[in-house]
Amino acid sequence: MQPAVEFRNISKAFGAVQANADVSFQIARGSIHGVIGENGAGKSTLMSILYGYYNADSGQVLIDGVAHDIRTSHQAIELGIGMVHQHFMLVENMTVLDNIMLGSEGGFRLAAQRSVVEAKLREICARYRLDVDPLATIDELSVGAQQRVEILKQIYRSANILILDEPTAVLTAQETGSLFEILRLFKEQGKTIILITHKLGEIMDITDEVTVMRGGRIAGAVHTAATSKEELANLMVGRPIVNELPRAVYNPGEPVLEVEGLQLTDAAGVRLLADIGFTLRAGEIVAIAGVSGNGQSELMQILSGMRLPTGGRVRLLGQDLPYPKRDADGLPAVFRKLGIGHVPEDRLRDGVIKDFSVMQNTIFGYQDRVKNRWGLFDFKAIAKRCAHLLQAFDVRPNNPDLRIGLLSGGNQQKVVIAREVLASPKLMLVGQPTRGVDIGTIESIHTQLLRLRDEGVAILLVSVELEEVRALADRIIVMSGGRITGELKIEQFDTTQIGLLMGGMHKT
Amino acid sequence: MKTTELPRWAGAFVLPLLNLLTALVIAGLVIKLLGESPIDSLRILIGNSLMLEHLGYTLFYATTFIFTGLSVSIAMKAGLFNIGSEGQMYIGGLGLTVAMLGLDSSLPAILLIPAAILCSMLFGALWAFLPGYLQAKRGSHIVVTTIMFNFIASQLMNFLILKMIPEGEQNPSSRPFAEAGEMPRLGQWIPQFADSPVNLSLLLAIVALAVYALLVWRSPWGYKLRATGLNPNAAHYAGVSISRMIIVAMLVSGALAGLGAVNSIMGSTHYLSISFPAGAGFVGIAVALMGRQHPVGIFLSSVLFGALIQGGGELSFQKPNIPPETFIFIQGLIILFCGAMENLYGPALLKLINTTTTKKVSHV
Repeated sequence: MQPAVEFRNISKAFGAVQANADVSFQIARGSIHGVIGENGAGKSTLMSILYGYYNADSGQVLIDGVAHDIRTSHQAIELGIGMVHQHFMLVENMTVLDNIMLGSEGGFRLAAQRSVVEAKLREICARYRLDVDPLATIDELSVGAQQRVEILKQIYRSANILILDEPTAVLTAQETGSLFEILRLFKEQGKTIILITHKLGEIMDITDEVTVMRGGRIAGAVHTAATSKEELANLMVGRPIVNELPRAVYNPGEPVLEVEGLQLTDAAGVRLLADIGFTLRAGEIVAIAGVSGNGQSELMQILSGMRLPTGGRVRLLGQDLPYPKRDADGLPAVFRKLGIGHVPEDRLRDGVIKDFSVMQNTIFGYQDRVKNRWGLFDFKAIAKRCAHLLQAFDVRPNNPDLRIGLLSGGNQQKVVIAREVLASPKLMLVGQPTRGVDIGTIESIHTQLLRLRDEGVAILLVSVELEEVRALADRIIVMSGGRITGELKIEQFDTTQIGLLMGGMHKT
Repeated sequence: MKTTELPRWAGAFVLPLLNLLTALVIAGLVIKLLGESPIDSLRILIGNSLMLEHLGYTLFYATTFIFTGLSVSIAMKAGLFNIGSEGQMYIGGLGLTVAMLGLDSSLPAILLIPAAILCSMLFGALWAFLPGYLQAKRGSHIVVTTIMFNFIASQLMNFLILKMIPEGEQNPSSRPFAEAGEMPRLGQWIPQFADSPVNLSLLLAIVALAVYALLVWRSPWGYKLRATGLNPNAAHYAGVSISRMIIVAMLVSGALAGLGAVNSIMGSTHYLSISFPAGAGFVGIAVALMGRQHPVGIFLSSVLFGALIQGGGELSFQKPNIPPETFIFIQGLIILFCGAMENLYGPALLKLINTTTTKKVSHV
């Protein structure tokens, strides 16, 4: 049988950087094919070539055995190639139906076409067991459901080859499970799926074959059944990954953060946090596990001063945190002075200014501490501080004048963490430290956080990756629906138990 | 590496120059249609604006534009599109006049001039405060409120100036100020400027440019200002009080617009008259866009617009087929190409740069 997709000697250079070098492999029809690699390994470039965003410098792409010169994504769609992007391409205040019809309205009268399309969508949903209401508005759907809309859109456009770019980055464990069921169903129906990810667990769970990329080349191509996570990780990084990172014996000190009866109700009266209480001591990492959107983000915002609670008490080293009555405008500066460091969950939204240079970002939040006696910036001190920080945290490229938006996610994150660590906080709030970060960098970030813990800093970690929680935490708090549903020590780590707590099942 | 964005030199110089050329070419075509020679017109335009004997007038106009350009620029850096520099300058003129009418008989120049300057800044800032406050605390869009405040300023000034007309006078303007209130003209020291109203305000404008550069790029305040403009979420994370930043940025913006009045009134007319800003606030928008909110850019584009007014006036005088409105037309073209369509040649230029650099790489 002809392979659904075949890459033959694809090469693509951006200036002096070879993004793809002589890449050749086949993707069998009706299979789930994983493409893995670290950030910058060339996965995205290759898929962009397949989807018509880029044109290869040399080499051929064959669809069903026929060479095609795919120059636009429109052509790719006509060839039955569909792509589900990591960031959804949906209009939030339109219905599912309208979103899917967008671009293929078919004539001036919308109403007649609508009922036809709606019927067809319902039929597709039934066939592929996609739980989507065509008349729902996008912004009332969960992230998982929005992704199903994207998939539905591709099926509606009769895609036979479906590319999914990091589809589980935004999904909960349950949603990931149901996504995989859908993908398996597609496979049974003869569709071909290309899964781009860096999560090895998923590769092992669902793919038939895996292509590993590294530095723009194929580092390995294996049958999933005949490989292991460890082997894939080695191929991907080019060196073995240490799973257990060294850490000092657990020896917590004074209570640093004491939270009592914390409440948050939003303007619409929705309870986001209910009666949150816990204590965090010096020299320990407490991880808050939970499916994203269960109050962890709000908790971090309150503790960092970005948002006001509606009730309860928070003490830092025995002192009440000074929440003003009216609004949190400017409050993070006060909290930072009190010794609270914050690595925000959403790096690009909160943590850095994309258009500022790396150096400018290294003083972000601490801009008032690097003045000379004239009240102006002490650029010498800033440059020195920046050079030290880039060196100590191995930020690559080591170029302080580069716009930080041009760095990889992992290196941006290193800058953020380095900046917060350098301020020697007493309490460090860390949200999703390795989201969108490649494996090699994850290890270095984890090492830094553990070192900070060993130095006696109290760390509150929010992570939706249980692997990360296991690797870092001394204690684990599980949140669901804005409440704490359970707490366990790291020795009691048990995925099933945590999974149940995350799902809101209380201990009885 | 393939650059996905233009190098700084290209973005800062080549693009604005190409845009400017396009605007001039189109203006030239229109002049041709009017039955005059574009080359001849350009020669008259340049000869009557940038040549030494006319440079004084050009710089006089440019001084006002530097202030209004700075006013628009600093707000823009905070992510605020201040359309209201016109009204702020107008009200700044009121502040200056209040100081003059009250003090010009009692204070010597050395005290009177600074007092009047401070008053013009204060009034300009106050006129910008309300839109700033409404944006910061109530979320009323700054573009809408500042446009409205221009209208309010205009009507308010109509009302007030009519009250100021001295008895027996017809012109809608205040009484002339005492000599102590006149800004010293540069012609006293530079004979080539003797016939023109270019005055010490030009030095004040250059100082303002330097202070602006220092504040925006070298101070923590400017850092926070830029952060707020680029990403308010992140600025909040970094501890910036967004609402205070918006209000302060508007106060500074209004004060700078108010300074524009110092040049127009104290440097030239010496009395307050109806509609004296004459669109300088709007030219400030063009200056800020074309100068990319950079001090050097603001200076150069201010001189350009000053030259257009000065040379354009002379042009319509010498070429009867070209109406005086031609300046407004050319100014509109420049705003269109340098502001609204500033990236018109971006993609092509990027492609050109990429091909040439790739060639270089392959030669190595």
